[in-house]
Amino acid sequence: MTGRATKNLRATLLLAPLLLFSAVFFIWPLMTMMSQAVSDTAVLRILPETAKAANSWDGRSAPTPELKAALVKDLKQATDTQATGDMVRRLNSAQSGFRTLMSKTLSAINGNDPLPSLEQIDPRWQNPEFWRAITGALSPTTDRHLLAAVDLTRDASGRIVEMPPEASANRTIMLRTFWIAALVTLACTVIGFPYAMLIATCNGWKRQVLLAAVLLPLWTSLLVRTAAWFIILQEKGLINEILEGLGLINGPLPLIFNRTGVIIAMTHVLLPFMVLPIYSVLISIPKTLMPAAASLGAHPIRAFLRVLLPLSLRGVASGALLVFMSAIGYYITPALIGGPGDQMISSVIAFYATGSANWSMAGALGLVLLVATIALYSVYARLAAEDPRRA
Amino acid sequence: MSEPRICFDHISKSYGPLCVVDNLDLDIAKGEFVSLLGPSGSGKTTLLMMLAGFENPTQGTILVDGEPVNNVPTHRRDMGVVFQNYALFPHMSVAENVAFPLQMRGVSKAGITERVTRALDMVQLSAMRDRWPAQLSGGQQQRVALARALVFEPRVVLMDEPLGALDKHLREQMQLDIRALHNRLELTIVFVTHDQSEALTMSDRIAVFNKGKIEQIGTPREIYDHPRTRFVAEFIGETNLLQGTIESVDGSQGLIRLQNGGQLSATLADVMPRGQQVFVSIRPERIELKETKTGMNSFAANVIDSVYQGDHLRVQLDGNGNNVVARLGRKSREWPIGANVVAEFQSSDCWIIAS
Repeated sequence: MTGRATKNLRATLLLAPLLLFSAVFFIWPLMTMMSQAVSDTAVLRILPETAKAANSWDGRSAPTPELKAALVKDLKQATDTQATGDMVRRLNSAQSGFRTLMSKTLSAINGNDPLPSLEQIDPRWQNPEFWRAITGALSPTTDRHLLAAVDLTRDASGRIVEMPPEASANRTIMLRTFWIAALVTLACTVIGFPYAMLIATCNGWKRQVLLAAVLLPLWTSLLVRTAAWFIILQEKGLINEILEGLGLINGPLPLIFNRTGVIIAMTHVLLPFMVLPIYSVLISIPKTLMPAAASLGAHPIRAFLRVLLPLSLRGVASGALLVFMSAIGYYITPALIGGPGDQMISSVIAFYATGSANWSMAGALGLVLLVATIALYSVYARLAAEDPRRA
Repeated sequence: MSEPRICFDHISKSYGPLCVVDNLDLDIAKGEFVSLLGPSGSGKTTLLMMLAGFENPTQGTILVDGEPVNNVPTHRRDMGVVFQNYALFPHMSVAENVAFPLQMRGVSKAGITERVTRALDMVQLSAMRDRWPAQLSGGQQQRVALARALVFEPRVVLMDEPLGALDKHLREQMQLDIRALHNRLELTIVFVTHDQSEALTMSDRIAVFNKGKIEQIGTPREIYDHPRTRFVAEFIGETNLLQGTIESVDGSQGLIRLQNGGQLSATLADVMPRGQQVFVSIRPERIELKETKTGMNSFAANVIDSVYQGDHLRVQLDGNGNNVVARLGRKSREWPIGANVVAEFQSSDCWIIAS
């Protein structure tokens, strides 16, 4: 083996734990979730013969005898009760009534010999709508979860239409998620920028103390910090007690189980991600620029607006990106501090994933969130792209 | 001299117990080029920072055109500052950098365009007006900084070691360029440097700083030829210091008995009594080597070392304990090591300094 090949092998081996880790714990689950969002094999798995026969049916007239025979044959061979249950759930979500229809049909098929015709078991089998629900569910991939994630669906003719407003609120929750994230980003910028400037102008132990004040919360668990806010923000909590004690308010301020509380707690948790990038940019700005601006006749405020602010925008942009991206995925804080109207998209995903075991829907919402995030990031990357000034 | 443009009146600056500038007086006339020269930590930069308004004096008053400016903030002092690291705004183009002080002064758009063009022509950077500072070489950046500090025609231009980061060749070129600008535009310039040859090249007057005080102030010629203190003699150029005692005084001439034997006639700057311990400073290039004694000021010596330096020969001499260095022009005779010679010098080139 040549020396170069040995070197390459060594480098690969050093990277192997990382590659393995990210493949197993990141890429694979991500791919699985994403494929869950578009895969739809629950029906196809149980009804392979029906799928073949469905090609010769036009979808409007009464179902052909071959189609009916194929369905009966498939149902007879369906022994896996869990897979059958998945199929029934899938069909029922496309056309309500399938649950009773299928249980009736299955018990009739398994009990009787010779078989009665499907119409005899249940007259609903004459209705092409039920057959359309089956043939519509036979494709191995589907866009219905993705459409549902943004409150869209397909009507009987297959066109994409808006869902009825009472059926789903994903779009509202998605917009609310972005709105809360934007408010938190704004709050972090307004608080974080002056604070970062303060750290950058201090020296020695003062700087260390100010930095520690930012970093210490960062080293504390998110859950602990949220729980602390849960206590502090209560009606009889620290803030209300102090304000009432000072006589500034008469009744307690509503700080918990509403938007205010969520934004306060999330701003506190995410503030370090705003302060640190701005601080690191600020300390890289030469110390003489502000004196230079002053000597050239700039009032301190104008010097700040024309020199320091534009130069630190890069840090503000990275900080805003970090805060916004993290805020979009927040789950624990809105769940504990927020009210029902403050739940963000993560709690909807959690509901589908753990509450109703609808992995496809959870995957689809996750995918939409991922796409929105990547789109935002690419806008940021475009804005922060190659700047000749930093050549 | 009419009213000075700048007057430092009993200025002191302390950081806690550390006194950086110590009760200092200095007047600078309009149109004058004054260098503040000294080793690092001698207070020269602090003085400049106080003049620019970046620092406040602990004591004393700074007057500009007769007006105290202690309480005037930097942005209203009307002084152009050139920093060592140029301090160009990296997010503005060359032209925007130069336009900045004009914008701050509310100059009209047309006026800005015209004056920026003129300032960039002056430093020969018109072709670079749309570049970013990061795309320029160090010398070009320094010229932009210069244009930016001059474009608004400030009352005073302050320069804090502006050429320190440039290589030798470029530095010498810039020295002459700045000198020429000073003459043409009749600028008042206060220039901080630790490079004595830079100060000698450029200044009308040099103030030599040491430990927060001005050791000596004068024209380059005065400072170099007639140093008043041992510090100045050693800091500016190279010198030979011979220790001795004043034996007799005749007008501005003094007869010095050297500690290591021999005597010589030297020039007195101040009145000094007989018997005073003094140093005699002789610049190496003022020493001549001869085979036999021809004049009064001389001593016999032995050539210890002779080093070829291109434009001159550097000869180390041992004259019975009076060790001196001579710098011989290329036209003078070369002496082998070990040769017995006579070192001769004019009494006007021997300068008496109190020890």
